[in-house]
Amino acid sequence: MYDIIIIGAGPAGLTAAIYARRAAKSTLVIEAKGFGGQIIKTPDIENYPVEQHISGLDFATKLYNQTVALGAEFIFEKATSIKDNGKTKTVVTPKSEYEAKAVIIATGSESRLLGVEGEAEFTGRGVSYCATCDGLFFRNKAVAVVGGGNTALEDALYMADIAEKVYLIHRRDEFRGEETTVSRLKERENVEIIYNSTVTKLIADKRLRGIEVTDKQGNTRELEIRGLFVAVGRIPENKNFGDIIELDASGYAVSSENCLTKTNGVFVAGDNRGKEVRQLVTATADGAVAATQAVRYISNLNI
Amino acid sequence: MAVITGTADNFDTEVLQSDIPVLVDFNADWCGPCQILKPTIEEIAEENKSVKIVSVNIDDEEDLSDEYDVFSIPCLVLFRNGEEAGRSVGLKNKDEILDLIGGN
Ligand SMILES: Cc1cc2nc3c(=O)[nH]c(=O)nc-3n(C[C@H](O)[C@H](O)[C@H](O)COP(=O)(O)OP(=O)(O)OC[C@H]3O[C@@H](n4cnc5c(N)ncnc54)[C@H](O)[C@@H]3O)c2cc1C
Repeated sequence: MYDIIIIGAGPAGLTAAIYARRAAKSTLVIEAKGFGGQIIKTPDIENYPVEQHISGLDFATKLYNQTVALGAEFIFEKATSIKDNGKTKTVVTPKSEYEAKAVIIATGSESRLLGVEGEAEFTGRGVSYCATCDGLFFRNKAVAVVGGGNTALEDALYMADIAEKVYLIHRRDEFRGEETTVSRLKERENVEIIYNSTVTKLIADKRLRGIEVTDKQGNTRELEIRGLFVAVGRIPENKNFGDIIELDASGYAVSSENCLTKTNGVFVAGDNRGKEVRQLVTATADGAVAATQAVRYISNLNI
Repeated sequence: MAVITGTADNFDTEVLQSDIPVLVDFNADWCGPCQILKPTIEEIAEENKSVKIVSVNIDDEEDLSDEYDVFSIPCLVLFRNGEEAGRSVGLKNKDEILDLIGGN
């Protein structure tokens, strides 16, 4: 049995591990993929206090090494559920079960899928969820970006420097993202904005060759493209824990400022928590708060 | 077995003509998830005699990534008898990669 199990080795979970270990609690981090979370996808972090510039990989590696040096243990399995046994909790994975006095859920978020047929099959064959990761594969090719928020606008601007042509497809007639980015996009000769439209078909053989776009009137149009960047938001990774924590309408964990949930001894930290700002600095802050609360909870338990 | 560096020159002999299955890891130095994945790939290479692991740097070998329709990394492609027998895109844990190797 561990004192604290942390689910997710992103910035929130790793910071929670630092605080848990510094309070001398035995700590297991259960991570589905590899340490670091979303941030390992970006080469440039320029808004985290102290470091003027650091890559996501360096940030995550330093943070991970810090937790290992403090004695946190890691296993790389996906947590599929949490059982509340009262004074202890059991975290279930496909291979095993792990018991602890307290659990911190720091599972972050994943890219939202478009929901078009063939999407999974052609992910990595032209369909992508990260322009800064995969953009260079489409040098001097035509691509499309789907979405209406800041990520979509920034992805379109980023791809305008790399690709020959960028279609920006948005289902409404106005963007949610920043006005200045929209006007910068409109100045780019190789960017074409397609409003009131959705992607209704992928045209592909072994790789993406094009898409079919349908507007609100039902008119369709085929675009010959090689890359489709999906930027339609993120979804919190809470679906395995809906019974043990309360989720809001969008699937985010309902919690107090202290990262407490409806279940005693279960805490949440990071991007999967309902809050306004989802950044590294708020994720790490949540990690510190949740671990401190978990330590306090354990010291009040009589086991 | 150690991880072998795959190039356009040795791809035919090391991968397509191989007697045992080959897992090709398409990656790049600038790709964060690829670097996180690397120790796992090396571990699998050390522990498994029945599969060969070949690492292809997509910046050095643009033609290879194009030929195999690799447009996102990390990308793992399993070859059996010179044919693609499985593929996985994105960061995965060790068990998932072993499943890819074993399950195909
Ligand atoms: C391209 C990009 C660039 C960004 N740039 C910046 C920036 O410059 N500055 C900034 O402040 N923020 C930036 N962000 C946002 C920042 O990365 C996130 O706010 C932060 O990573 C959130 O941390 P987290 O630990 O809450 O979640 P995540 O980073 O999402 O980590 C969650 C972890 O939990 C794991 N997990 C999920 N489900 C399970 C499960 N069931 N079992 C086990 N493990 C599980 C995941 O595999 C993942 O490793 C960027 C994000 C992206 C995508």
